Amino acid sequence: MSDKEKPNRRDFIFTATAAVGVVGAGAAAWPLIHQMNPDASVKALASTEVDVSSLQPGQSITVLWRGKPVFIKRRTENEISEARNVKISDLKHPEKDEDRAQNPEWLVMLGVCTHLGCVPLADKGEYGGWFCPCHGSHYDTAGRIRKGPAPTNLEIPKYEFVNSNTIKIG
Amino acid sequence: MSDHNYTPSSKFGKWFNDRLPLLTLANHLTDYPTPKNLNYWWTFGGILTFCLITQIITGLVLAMHYIAHADLAFSSVEHIMRDVNYGWLIRYIHANGASMFFLAVYIHIFRSLFYGSYKAPREIIWILGIMIYLLMMAAAFMGYVLPWGQMSFWGATVITNLFSAIPLVGESITTWLWGGYSVDNPTLTRFFTLHYLIPFLILGLVVLHIWALHVPGNNNPVGIDIQKPSKDTVPFHPYIVIKDLFALLLFMIVFAFFVFYSPNILGHADNYIEANPLVTPAHIVPEWYLLPFYAILRSIPDKLLGVVAMLSAIFILAALPWLDTSKVRSAVFRPLYKQFYWILVIDVLILGYVGAMPAEGLYLLIARVATAYYFLHFLLILPILGKIEKTTPLPLSITSPVLGGSADLAMAKNIDVRKEKL
Repeated sequence: MSDKEKPNRRDFIFTATAAVGVVGAGAAAWPLIHQMNPDASVKALASTEVDVSSLQPGQSITVLWRGKPVFIKRRTENEISEARNVKISDLKHPEKDEDRAQNPEWLVMLGVCTHLGCVPLADKGEYGGWFCPCHGSHYDTAGRIRKGPAPTNLEIPKYEFVNSNTIKIG
Repeated sequence: MSDHNYTPSSKFGKWFNDRLPLLTLANHLTDYPTPKNLNYWWTFGGILTFCLITQIITGLVLAMHYIAHADLAFSSVEHIMRDVNYGWLIRYIHANGASMFFLAVYIHIFRSLFYGSYKAPREIIWILGIMIYLLMMAAAFMGYVLPWGQMSFWGATVITNLFSAIPLVGESITTWLWGGYSVDNPTLTRFFTLHYLIPFLILGLVVLHIWALHVPGNNNPVGIDIQKPSKDTVPFHPYIVIKDLFALLLFMIVFAFFVFYSPNILGHADNYIEANPLVTPAHIVPEWYLLPFYAILRSIPDKLLGVVAMLSAIFILAALPWLDTSKVRSAVFRPLYKQFYWILVIDVLILGYVGAMPAEGLYLLIARVATAYYFLHFLLILPILGKIEKTTPLPLSITSPVLGGSADLAMAKNIDVRKEKL
């Protein structure tokens, strides 16, 4: 009886076998899980260059980057001052306009609502910026969430001005 | 239960059955004793089996012509509609079949809610049913993505983005589901694969569902256990088979009406526009059968909590056998529960209605009240009701209410008194 209560060598072998089995099954499962992550060809499309020379103040274009829309907006003086004069404490996701636009005239951000991924409509909503038709999120002229279910501001992708007419996203 | 001492009459049958007892199984299924008071609400199990098989057969045929590629999917569906022989018919049956499937499953679920079929000893049947329902929603959602129209694309975007609400790992999970940084070709191909797989998983669960049903046997409209199998039951074949077939015929008339007279009424016109990742349709709405849950999602002004509420609304059903504390199964003998049952039905219909409306103003307010009531029903009303409700006397057997007779009623009352003393 006492043999049954005390772990013996056989118990050790069972535990060790089970542990090796679990690690082995995990190792075998990983390739099957990881194959669903973005593949090399998807990752290769990581950057896009956009010519913005034709944009006048107040105009915007939407380009596709990694399958997602990116808004490039050339803002008017009014829109910039509107975005800069907001009290930071009024914001749901506090971010200064200066931190969102490298060059105040140009706003570059993902056109993907941070709620559930719809494309917000430009020049709509209560804050003069964007409005998401899916679930009613309002963004201001800096793309910051002001009202509605979205938790954060529209995301700013990594971008840089290659020259004064070209923006490289990604 | 039917006898397991069954011996096939033919010599070959006996030889075969000794090696694989399929004939014993067939005999069990035909002789399976069924309560003789089952009403037409009990025919939806058979109707659902028909729906599943219809979806599998039509889906198999559609897969012979469909091309799961972001550039070709939309036109391959139009090719099915215009060029493939009877392609229009097969696709309309498959698309409307999904709606008919959900119509039948909702009636099946609400029948169970009314007659307390989820209660002991049938909890496992109920939980298997909820798992089937979840898989049905997954299959329907992924199937809706395959035509790669605007609603397909944006529905997929919104639903997969639900996972991004998970703290910390949400973004990685969403990227993993997409196989990219947005819904795109890798998403479509994997959804097609899973859409093909899930019906067979459902089929497996249906086998378990029926197996679990055949252990205690069917519940019935008065919700009491069978006293004398010989007196209270009829064999499944031919009695229930014929009744199920008749109900199925009526159901197929409704089905055929949609397929032949208004095949697109349950869909959205936007899905006949090819997917465009740059433009979201002005008004995104899921298919009608997901609307109540969509309304719950939208009624909560916080992303994570909205997702949690929506999923809880489904998973709470799995806990129902333990949330409902009443020992009496059928609502026929529960005067208060019967009223709350109908309030719940109306509540779910209201949720469905506001789910289709824009989430603003009065609609949002109604959605919030209806969502609150939905959870209140399961978490507060049901547990308390079981403790305080005065149920009416149960009949002695399922035969006695049919035969009537004061003696039976008197005896039933005595039993009720005895139960109360205990």
